[in-house]
Amino acid sequence: MSEKSINQIQDEIIEEFSILGNDMESIIFYIMELGNKLDPLDDKYKVDSNLIKGCQSKVWLTADVEDHTLIMKADSNTDITRGLISLLIRTLSGQQLDDIIKSDLYFIEKIGMHKVIGSQRSNGLAAMIKQIKLYALAYKTKLESLS
Amino acid sequence: MSVKTSNYNISTKDELIPDGIRRLFPALHQKINGKPLIYFDNAATTQKPIQVIDAIEQYYKNYNANIHRGVHTLADKATDSFEQTRSNIRSFINASSDEEIILTYGTTDSINLVSQSFGKKFIKEGDDIIISAMEHHSNIVPWQMVCEERGANLRIIPITDNGELIFEEFENLLSHKTKLVSVVHVSNSLGTINPIDQIIKKAHLVGAKVMIDGAQAAAHLPIDVQELDCDFYAFSSHKMFGPTGVGVLFGKKEILNEMPPYRGGGEMISQVTFEKTLYNNLPFKFEAGTPNIADVIGLKFATDFICELTKKRILNHEKFLLAYAQKMLGEIEGLRIIGNAQKKLGVVSFIIEDIHSFDIGVMLDAGGIAIRTGHHCTQPLMNRFGIEGTARASFSVYNTYQEIDTLVESLKKIVKIKRK
Repeated sequence: MSEKSINQIQDEIIEEFSILGNDMESIIFYIMELGNKLDPLDDKYKVDSNLIKGCQSKVWLTADVEDHTLIMKADSNTDITRGLISLLIRTLSGQQLDDIIKSDLYFIEKIGMHKVIGSQRSNGLAAMIKQIKLYALAYKTKLESLS
Repeated sequence: MSVKTSNYNISTKDELIPDGIRRLFPALHQKINGKPLIYFDNAATTQKPIQVIDAIEQYYKNYNANIHRGVHTLADKATDSFEQTRSNIRSFINASSDEEIILTYGTTDSINLVSQSFGKKFIKEGDDIIISAMEHHSNIVPWQMVCEERGANLRIIPITDNGELIFEEFENLLSHKTKLVSVVHVSNSLGTINPIDQIIKKAHLVGAKVMIDGAQAAAHLPIDVQELDCDFYAFSSHKMFGPTGVGVLFGKKEILNEMPPYRGGGEMISQVTFEKTLYNNLPFKFEAGTPNIADVIGLKFATDFICELTKKRILNHEKFLLAYAQKMLGEIEGLRIIGNAQKKLGVVSFIIEDIHSFDIGVMLDAGGIAIRTGHHCTQPLMNRFGIEGTARASFSVYNTYQEIDTLVESLKKIVKIKRK
């Protein structure tokens, strides 16, 4: 389970990005670096059933539930997308299912991500977030039906 | 028209002067992410010179009217300007008459016109249609549709690792069953210039008709449809400094006359009763509905611009840019150029080891450099090379050596960061 709340992590990310200023190259290179640091997903999970539809580059996402928290792993075939995913994983993986379902990911707008990724690729980011929330909702429903 | 290119220093006797040319292109004078725009996505679409933009504005401001039917002054003026473009295009590609110039909505539309209309009339079960392995999806899918509909077969000319058509294989594919050959003049992904003159000659020997997709050639190579003896030649306005939403289909008059209309509606008829409709003459038979008048008028100014620069000077300029770019890009660690045909135009497709083309595109954009990444609507070609896509820089008359230097420096920086 994450020691920090979703909003605490979001605020940390906003602060990190504020150091980069408005220089787009620095922002992109930083995202790339984040992508490079993300633990790669084992090839056996890079299957079509884990692919997120709506992303221009390939994104695989797996999610498991542990003690009412969602544990996620993800990967992409491009560094920049992997960097974006790493921010989502950092913010949401290990959080309570309910918190994920209710979360408002304001850091995306605050760090100017839509400008970085452009309108075409924003759809992909939205698809990733939607998929994560769907996982959380599905696990919550499953747990409730078992209890 | 207010813009006189003679007021701009755009060329010497033998060479283009990119700095002078650039002054005619408003869109080039902007910063992207704080950096001066470097536009290397010309194979996707070129930027537009001010005289083209002005022409569109003038039409809407001064003589907006529907064409061909009105008896009033504005309609006359609009019709004359519209038809002037057709005449310019006829001369631009040396067709024998204006009737052979069909104004469409783009190359894709032109190919669809031929595939549907020619296909309906001339393609039968068991016939062959030949295309090549380097075609754009718009010169693949329409033929697949026809083949499916008519029970015909699509045959593919393979290519070498350098990205050149294997001519012997093409000859082997030709037979009495071949009804049509449709190949690209210049590959949008590789830059390869295909030997279309030889392809046309060989195809005609078996009685097949030949369509040429000239989308990437029209702004660069001299085109003489009579000398080539092609049956159809298609290209788009927006890849040759003209507006979007306009395309050209050249077709030999005798074949066009045999072909049924592609779309029904106004303009393409001579008489309509509920029992029967008599169709209009060429070229109007294929131009149903109100066309894209303003943009067609704009296209005339684009062809004038190309004629003023001359294809000879354009080719010369782009040839040097290509050679320089290929040499400089070759110095980048892990970079591989896809498409090394002996005859190629100003397109450099490349991949860099361990760096996805998407990442290259986004990182270059952060530095103000616009290139294209991905499969470039040629997925079968990418499969042929066993790759997902490439990064592609494509050059035009306003590009400079300094811009190529900036591209190379940026790529080196990207590689350095990635390898860190």
